[in-house]
Amino acid sequence: MTRNEKLRERLAPWIAVAALVVVWEVTVRALDVPEFIFPSASATAQALVAFAGPIGVHSWQTFWTTLAGFGLGVVVGLALGFLIGSSRFLYHACYPLLVGFNAIPKVAFVPILVVWFGIGSIPAILTAFLICFFPIVVNVATGLATLEPELEDVLRVLGARRMDVLLKVGLPRSLPYFFASLKVAITLAFVGTVVSETVASNQGIGYLMMSAGSQMRMALVFAGLIVISAMAMVMYELFAALEKRMTGWAHRGQR
Amino acid sequence: MSFVSFDRVSLAYDDSGNAIEDISLTIEEGEFVAFVGPSGCGKSTFMKLCTGLHAPTGGTVRVDGEAVSGPLKIAGMAFQNANLLPWRTTLDNVLLPLEIVKPYRSQFRKRRAEFVGWARELLRTVGLAGYEDQYPWQLSGGMQQRASICRALIHRPRLLMLDEPFAALDAFTREELWCVLRDLWEAQRFTVVLVTHDLREAAFLADTVYVMSRRPGRLIERRQIELARPRELASTYEPAFTALVQELRTQIGEIRSA
Repeated sequence: MTRNEKLRERLAPWIAVAALVVVWEVTVRALDVPEFIFPSASATAQALVAFAGPIGVHSWQTFWTTLAGFGLGVVVGLALGFLIGSSRFLYHACYPLLVGFNAIPKVAFVPILVVWFGIGSIPAILTAFLICFFPIVVNVATGLATLEPELEDVLRVLGARRMDVLLKVGLPRSLPYFFASLKVAITLAFVGTVVSETVASNQGIGYLMMSAGSQMRMALVFAGLIVISAMAMVMYELFAALEKRMTGWAHRGQR
Repeated sequence: MSFVSFDRVSLAYDDSGNAIEDISLTIEEGEFVAFVGPSGCGKSTFMKLCTGLHAPTGGTVRVDGEAVSGPLKIAGMAFQNANLLPWRTTLDNVLLPLEIVKPYRSQFRKRRAEFVGWARELLRTVGLAGYEDQYPWQLSGGMQQRASICRALIHRPRLLMLDEPFAALDAFTREELWCVLRDLWEAQRFTVVLVTHDLREAAFLADTVYVMSRRPGRLIERRQIELARPRELASTYEPAFTALVQELRTQIGEIRSA
């Protein structure tokens, strides 16, 4: 790839964002949509600046609860994935349960969590956790369960115990799956937090959007949306970079 | 007492009948044995029985005087796929058995420098000097297979099991690797069980060639290869060798058409 092409590839996402903003602005202006229905890009930007203080406070709340839920999801997901992936029996026993659990809309858990823990940060953290641990479990378990049988034979005739095989081969082998799942999980964690905040909190971006919406201040609602997606994009890129760094050997074809 | 002995061994994976049936044979320590036969004849099953990865459903397998009841722990294995770990360098791949096999596993940290010396030496003898720090995916298929053989030998096993190790290579690389294996064996004289469907390979390398029938696999011929050692690759084009391969070929042909 030439340097020119590389530069273009770098700039492409920024150009796409700029194009989206332009289309948004032009469409709203051309159709003369009232601001309380669909604010223009410029009105949203104004709201972002005007309410920078409160937006900052609420974003921080959303950000740290998301990270807490995500952290919990990583620990539990890794442990559960390791457990399920290392035993065929557990894999077959638990997989349908996990799928069933994953199919429940996580917003349905929020009222339960509120009864147990009250409104505020804890339901947000737990909702983020509940929504984000599934892809981690599935990826780690799949990575472990798809170990080549020949490789296992090679190790077993050396007297390797099950744990040797898992630690020397299974775990390193499932790392690319694990890091790939982190990218998905972190964005899902934001979804979980915001869903919980809109229903049961008095802080966080979800709450901010909910209350702004009820006052018909749509520019502020949109500002909230933009902050959420910006945070998610930054975190996604962070974990994508981490993935590349940690498991470069698995992406050799894409260099 | 023979090193490996099979006494009327059969194995059925399920109700569909025996994969191999009524196998009796003995292999001496240091002997090079090859198994040939049509595909699906249970050659790989034989390997699994011999290394204890599978228990026979009839008869007994003895290795080194003791009945085999679980994975052997003294064997080295290599397969058609090199199966190297892509996150480890070639050197670290070769060192892997020493991290697992007793008594080396407990000494691994302390004697690491010494072990690395063994691995470098072994890699040098198969022609991989200078590639120690490359990752497997940076090596060609033939080089990966060389490294895989080094991994099977690093812990100095008394029994080397090879399951069609050269089948996926091009003809020239394959013949090169025959010579690599021949030289390693001449130098160390471990016991080798080689499963292959290449008759020239079997005749060139082995002391004894067993021909197996179609499923259920039985031994239908045991053939001592009387060619003088050390054998040169050129000898595979001489009439005596060609005639031998021809004969084996005819036998396999008869099984296939039977």
